[in-house]
Amino acid sequence: MSHQTIKLDSLPLSIPKLERAPHTIADSIVRSIYWEAEKIAQASTSCAVEARINWDRKIDDILTSRLWGFPVMLLMLTGVLWLTISGANVPSELLATGLFWLHDRLLDLFIALNAPHWLTGFFVLGVFRSVAWVVSVMLPPMAIFFPLFTLLEDAGYLPRVAFNLDACFKKAGAHGKQALTMCMGLGCNAAGTISCRIIDSPRERLIATLTNNFVPCNGRFPTLIVLSSIFIGGTVAISWQGLSAALSVAAVMVLGVVITLLVSWLLSKTLLKGQPSSFALELPPYRKPKIGEVIIRSILDRTLFVLGRAVVIAAPAGGLVWVLANTSWGDTTTLAAIAGWLDGFARLMGLDGYILLAFILGLPANEIVLPTLIMSYLAEGALLELNSVAALHHLLVEQYGWTWLTAVCVMLFSLCHWPCGTTLYTIKKETNSWKWTGMAFLLPTLVGIFLCMAVTFVVGL
Amino acid sequence: MNIKLPQLRPGQRGIVQEIQGEGLTRRRMLDLGMVPGTLVEVVRRSPLGDPVAYQIRGAVIALRKDEASYINVTTC
Repeated sequence: MSHQTIKLDSLPLSIPKLERAPHTIADSIVRSIYWEAEKIAQASTSCAVEARINWDRKIDDILTSRLWGFPVMLLMLTGVLWLTISGANVPSELLATGLFWLHDRLLDLFIALNAPHWLTGFFVLGVFRSVAWVVSVMLPPMAIFFPLFTLLEDAGYLPRVAFNLDACFKKAGAHGKQALTMCMGLGCNAAGTISCRIIDSPRERLIATLTNNFVPCNGRFPTLIVLSSIFIGGTVAISWQGLSAALSVAAVMVLGVVITLLVSWLLSKTLLKGQPSSFALELPPYRKPKIGEVIIRSILDRTLFVLGRAVVIAAPAGGLVWVLANTSWGDTTTLAAIAGWLDGFARLMGLDGYILLAFILGLPANEIVLPTLIMSYLAEGALLELNSVAALHHLLVEQYGWTWLTAVCVMLFSLCHWPCGTTLYTIKKETNSWKWTGMAFLLPTLVGIFLCMAVTFVVGL
Repeated sequence: MNIKLPQLRPGQRGIVQEIQGEGLTRRRMLDLGMVPGTLVEVVRRSPLGDPVAYQIRGAVIALRKDEASYINVTTC
């Protein structure tokens, strides 16, 4: 197959004759506009695109080939996750150690000042502790994931993903650019929802909006990463732990993609009937990412932005959890009462009442689900210092009887449950409809409940 | 010889003769610079066969078969 390039100056000097005259005046006008524009461009610019295009085509020969296109995508996903997981471990523990050292000094200070019990509890055990958790659990993975992802984005790889996957989306009655909005969703579902604007036709845009939440956002990564490190990574030799955790998170994401396609297909067959409409996707030339810019942009614009949002939400939520755990309801704490009330239903889904409650309290932001859960467990159980994955393993398994099934169900429900408050607010703004916002809430929730119950039921057989 | 754009194989080139269809699809094709007289080269098929990437006026644009079928070209 020949790979010649078309140079601008190889164009004929006059408008080429057509076999038939253009069939409308509009066509003739558009044609002559393009022709004039091209003549001007030719006269005033020069470009050495030939070598570049050949390079681009060589890269594309691999990245979008029949044989390698899909394996390379999976490899990239797993690779990025592996670097994130294995790189985040050590800084996470360092941060936790440091912040909990500060936590103890704060406690000392409050005691030295003779502060009332509720004040110490609310601010140190509630607010500070949850913020410390959010920062130490979230910051390292984000500081690694976002730059890596921005690197791929900057290099021009993402449109190739859409190019590779479009046939699947077409089958599902959706738009190939939905692959791009899903990639954005990996960072943040609210951002993913806004990015659905790139899809021109309303029907496909709505499908992309309603299903964006099936891509786990960065706020849910830590939950997935920590749980797969504890429960799935822990079952293999130490040297393979990072990799197997990365593989299991990648598997969760691939599952998210499969669910997205299925739900999109279902929507396009029922609520949003219609033919897939126009599709045009530009495959821009690859370019060497500007490393410095990528790092600064991803750390400042994304990492710190998302972290800031999480901290702002985690602080009051942490306080609330402390209050719930320290006020009484009958002969037990409010927290235990609510958790007990949810427990029956949660058990059917392979969870427990505290886990479901943590997901509910996590409505403002998914980032705080795991910290909230740990706080409620700790507020109930023995007060131990939690600064390592091993301690967390001890808490979950020894004290609260988690099994691998619990971990799988939490991961599944983390993948499929209501979008966070910010995302819901964004969906309301983008669709301008309470009905679709409600759908966006119900759809993933029902899928999640169904999945968890199905898995629990099948394993229980 | 007048054929539909998707009938070209990767590596082949054609000159756009006519864009069929009306309304939005047609507008979008014209927006891409797919006007009669334009040279188009088939760059590659995606792994699953559809869409196909075309080189149009220096840009590489992927189009689904359905849409590309609206475009008649002559081989060259």
